[in-house]
Amino acid sequence: MELIVQGIVKAFQLLISLDPEVLGVTWLSLKISGTATFISLFFGVSVGTVVALNNFPGKRLVISIINTGMGLPPVVVGLFVTIMIWRSGPFGFLEILYTPYAMIIAQAIIATPIVMGISLASIQNLPPNLRLQILSLGASRMQMVWVLIKESRLPLLAAVMAGFGGVISEVGASIMVGGNIKGYSRVLTTATVMETGKGNFDIAIALGIILLLLAFLVNLLLTHVQQRQHPR
Amino acid sequence: MNTILSVENLMVHRGGVRVLDIRDLKVQESRVLALIGPNGAGKSTLLLTMAGLLKPEQGKIYYKGRSIETSAERSWMRRSVCVVFQEPLLLSTSVYKNVALGLKFRGMTQSDIRKNVEDALAYFGISSLAKRSAKTLSGGESKRVSLARAFALKPHLILLDEAFNSLDPPTRESLIDDLRHILEETKITAVLALHDREETLRLAQDVTVMSEGRLIQTGATAQIFNQPQSEFVANFVGTETILEGTVQNIRSGLMEVLVSGKTIEATGSAPISQKVFCCIRPENIVVSREAPENSSARNIFEAQIQKIVRQAFFYKLVLDCGFPVVAYLTVSSCEDLGLCEGATVFASFKATAVHVMRREK
Repeated sequence: MELIVQGIVKAFQLLISLDPEVLGVTWLSLKISGTATFISLFFGVSVGTVVALNNFPGKRLVISIINTGMGLPPVVVGLFVTIMIWRSGPFGFLEILYTPYAMIIAQAIIATPIVMGISLASIQNLPPNLRLQILSLGASRMQMVWVLIKESRLPLLAAVMAGFGGVISEVGASIMVGGNIKGYSRVLTTATVMETGKGNFDIAIALGIILLLLAFLVNLLLTHVQQRQHPR
Repeated sequence: MNTILSVENLMVHRGGVRVLDIRDLKVQESRVLALIGPNGAGKSTLLLTMAGLLKPEQGKIYYKGRSIETSAERSWMRRSVCVVFQEPLLLSTSVYKNVALGLKFRGMTQSDIRKNVEDALAYFGISSLAKRSAKTLSGGESKRVSLARAFALKPHLILLDEAFNSLDPPTRESLIDDLRHILEETKITAVLALHDREETLRLAQDVTVMSEGRLIQTGATAQIFNQPQSEFVANFVGTETILEGTVQNIRSGLMEVLVSGKTIEATGSAPISQKVFCCIRPENIVVSREAPENSSARNIFEAQIQKIVRQAFFYKLVLDCGFPVVAYLTVSSCEDLGLCEGATVFASFKATAVHVMRREK
């Protein structure tokens, strides 16, 4: 019991004193996961929209694959990315193993199906005649797609939240492809794993609190935007 | 009369089932055509095809004399043809932005957009809603916004799919009146998919009756209602007497309506020289051998029996009073009077039995 109380007290000391190492880890986490989410948003929304709006043979199979991807185990992604960028792997020449770039790639791969699945579902959930109505008002195909994406902005915000929440709290892939190198590829989750292993519960608890706080702040922000767009 | 759009030998299948099979349909410029028929008759599919939103497997569509075949031609057509769906399909933004949507697609300047949107909102009496969020509107208001959104584009042809469905009666009433005025004033050619006879009578000059993807009968509204060519059409439009006339005179709550050179008295009021339909239910017609004396019926006409049709529990008489009138008589009164085809009788009905509906122009 004493261990926990001591840990929490120390954790708050670290937070209040703005410990440079803790801050650095936090900032890097935000940068990596933010970039990964942004990339996944681009691919997820565009592919999700295309799949939702077009009818083609095997569409159900594609949707099933995307939905399976929403629950992609991070360690499997980590393994896959590691093999790909291993020195003798197909992308070995890039020499990005154990760098933040590798972490961004892995996290983007984890987040993309989440964003894709949610945007696909939200576009499909729009009334079926809405597309035809927009076209009949004289829209070009691109204009129509843009209006549909804007119309499903609320579920898309949920997709951003889910994607970001998924990757910032993910540890398996980050540790495999990033290597948890101090000051370079050490993020909140990998640092927590390491400090817990070393028995430094105070730092681990401090990192855990930051992680929770971050998730809360991001969601608060997005919820705020969401509620402002829907004054009801 | 110019044809703005015509359809020839059109075939549309869905899931192996034929949903449209139309040999020939012409939409005349500046007129209102109603497509009527039961659910599943193919009205909506026909509207989508005419709007260039559905590519037919077979058949030709001509719009303003041009054959519409490629997708480029279809998008050219979509710039001046607009369909309004049964459900309002508004975007979750303000009413103003919803109405501005189509104008924005056309790359119009902000000031032109403002002017067109304000005009369209005023037309439908919803200027006060401009800043409201479209998702907070009532059913009737949403419908008006979706109509304003289409009319703001000043299309040359507008296609309305079941425009008055799921509206409560007073809302529906006022929307029909407004729509009629707007169509009259703007002279926009319109095709309306409807399934209500009264809506049809009030709005349309021409009617096409549809069933199972085919056109059963096409013609002027009064003609379809009075001279149905088949039992299906008769059942669908009803067999009541519907007469075209013009209000001639009004005095103390009575209107005198001129119908085929004869004057019918009816209760209610309408402006003089207003064109109207007089509807008389067959059970309200009294038939007698002699001209009734001291009767309270304001309308008494000498008539010739053209046809007697035995129905289940009564006879249906088609009378010619100079205009056609349908009367229902019980079997016993018909036999007591000894009526036969060709006989001369008197048809009388009260002024209150005449239901007067305004029609356009």
